Amino acid sequence: MSLLGDYWTMLGRVPERSKSRSDEAEVMHGRKRGRGLEVARLIEEMAGAKANHKWRNRRWGVLIVVNLLFTLSYWLDVQLVEGSLTASRFLGFHMADVYSSLLVALAQHHVPINLVIGSVTVLLLWGLIGGRAFCSWICPYHLLAELAEMLHARLAAAGLVVDHPLHRGTRVVMWLLFALLALVSGHTLFLTLNPVGILSRAVIYGPSLALLWVLLVIGFEIVYSRRAWCRYICPIGLTYGALGPFAPIRIEYKLEACAHEGECRKVCEVSHVLDMTIKGRSPHSHVDVGPDCTRCGLCVDICPTKSLDFKMKGLGDLL
Amino acid sequence: MSDEATNGTAASAGAGEEPSASRPKSVRRKPRRRLSRQQQRRRQLLRSGLAAVGLTLLQPLAYLPVLRRLHARLRPPGAQGEDHFLGACIKCGQCVQVCPVEAITFADIDEGFGSAAPFVDSRAQACDFSCDALSCILACPTGALTHDIRTKEEVRSGLARLARPDTCLARQGSGFRGAARGPDFTGRLRYEAVDRWNAIPVVDHRYEREICDLCVVECPIGESAIQLMELAGAETPGAKTPVVRDGCVGCGVCEMICPQQPACIVVEPRSEEVRV
Repeated sequence: MSLLGDYWTMLGRVPERSKSRSDEAEVMHGRKRGRGLEVARLIEEMAGAKANHKWRNRRWGVLIVVNLLFTLSYWLDVQLVEGSLTASRFLGFHMADVYSSLLVALAQHHVPINLVIGSVTVLLLWGLIGGRAFCSWICPYHLLAELAEMLHARLAAAGLVVDHPLHRGTRVVMWLLFALLALVSGHTLFLTLNPVGILSRAVIYGPSLALLWVLLVIGFEIVYSRRAWCRYICPIGLTYGALGPFAPIRIEYKLEACAHEGECRKVCEVSHVLDMTIKGRSPHSHVDVGPDCTRCGLCVDICPTKSLDFKMKGLGDLL
Repeated sequence: MSDEATNGTAASAGAGEEPSASRPKSVRRKPRRRLSRQQQRRRQLLRSGLAAVGLTLLQPLAYLPVLRRLHARLRPPGAQGEDHFLGACIKCGQCVQVCPVEAITFADIDEGFGSAAPFVDSRAQACDFSCDALSCILACPTGALTHDIRTKEEVRSGLARLARPDTCLARQGSGFRGAARGPDFTGRLRYEAVDRWNAIPVVDHRYEREICDLCVVECPIGESAIQLMELAGAETPGAKTPVVRDGCVGCGVCEMICPQQPACIVVEPRSEEVRV
């Protein structure tokens, strides 16, 4: 699984099966043959066990606090973080959403220096913290979509709705289309539809009619296509995803104890990054999860064998 | 997640194919045909294509309110033409946050791609330049509010116009006493004689004018923007009229302070047409 291959998978390709496996991985795979009963027992145990939400709760806490910081800064006028998630100042330093900045630059045929400073700051930040960690730890739409996903799962279990997946390549097409539209029209039309900006502004400045659009998208996700915006449309997530492989904070898969029962892939927003958890696929004993990973930790929470965990590259097992 | 729609991971492909007998009879359904992998793939591509086309076609709709000028908005100081302004604005709201009198508010999605772009509703709360530093321009990260402007006199966001001369008190030779906009008005204005640094509620300021000249005395720019002139050929002796000059920056204070309802003097945006 080369870096380039990982990127291709992020852009929409079906995950490629690794042709070669390390000797160590070969031994581990070999030891797992004929252990079906064990897995069945494990799944039974899981059904009885209390659900673990350690990382999800931490993440929701961070997400809510960060968004409230924006709101409080405005209402109490403390000037800690001014602006919203499309562009802001944190203690006076420019921060700007990279894709939104790109659209403004394309529309204007001019690159505002403050947006360059803001974008570079944000690129460094997410390059350190973890690519799409923005999505799951900051983005208010992500939280709303997670709640909608729970509702979708209940309705699906009752046989009332059915998930209709789109092709993941749609996200790349939309990324290019929104950019092209900005370039030819001179206007950042995507920003009108962007649920991240709409929600962020609603949280800070109060509700608007634009929330109806967000509700429409959420409704679409509940009844028709699970997590459609984040999975198949959002160009902001795709942009930050490109930083994923460089971030020292990442999720690591350990083959040895894995039961390959697949709970992680069921909860994952971007389950193609967990392709190596399928029985027989992992090429090594330890594999870093690919660039599309949002570091949300749902797989860490649900894994019954602790085969998935956060790791900090270079700091070993400190985390 | 099951049935025809799933793109066929081994774990989920068969999960939803329960016999219909297990469901209550009232929700009897047509048995679903199992689709081949190729059919699934084709449907998925079709859905994806439709979603992409739908989202793309949705976007030109955002042009309608802008082109038809359904909302001709007065933009914050430093906006240079509606076309440039709307294209450059990243919709972050930093200008909204820094304005000391909260004159700047957001447009909603009914204004098309002008959605979330900031504007000033001068009748409710005009820009009175009480920040002294053009804070909104300094806050703007994109140059939608141009950084080329250094003083308030250089601003050209709008232009005042005596839209209802018939109701103008000065033209009737009348004076004005009391709070400019009545007891319920929430707008604020900086009266330098009262407080050099902070705007105070307009309702707290009592006027005693022999001839109504509120739009002229409260103009933050002064004589170069608006003057009170003798009204030639008036029936009433002593009648005067406000005259707007080239120096008008379009801050909107005259419109906010005008005691008549609706305001006799209004500020209109100087914006150009939007390019298509």
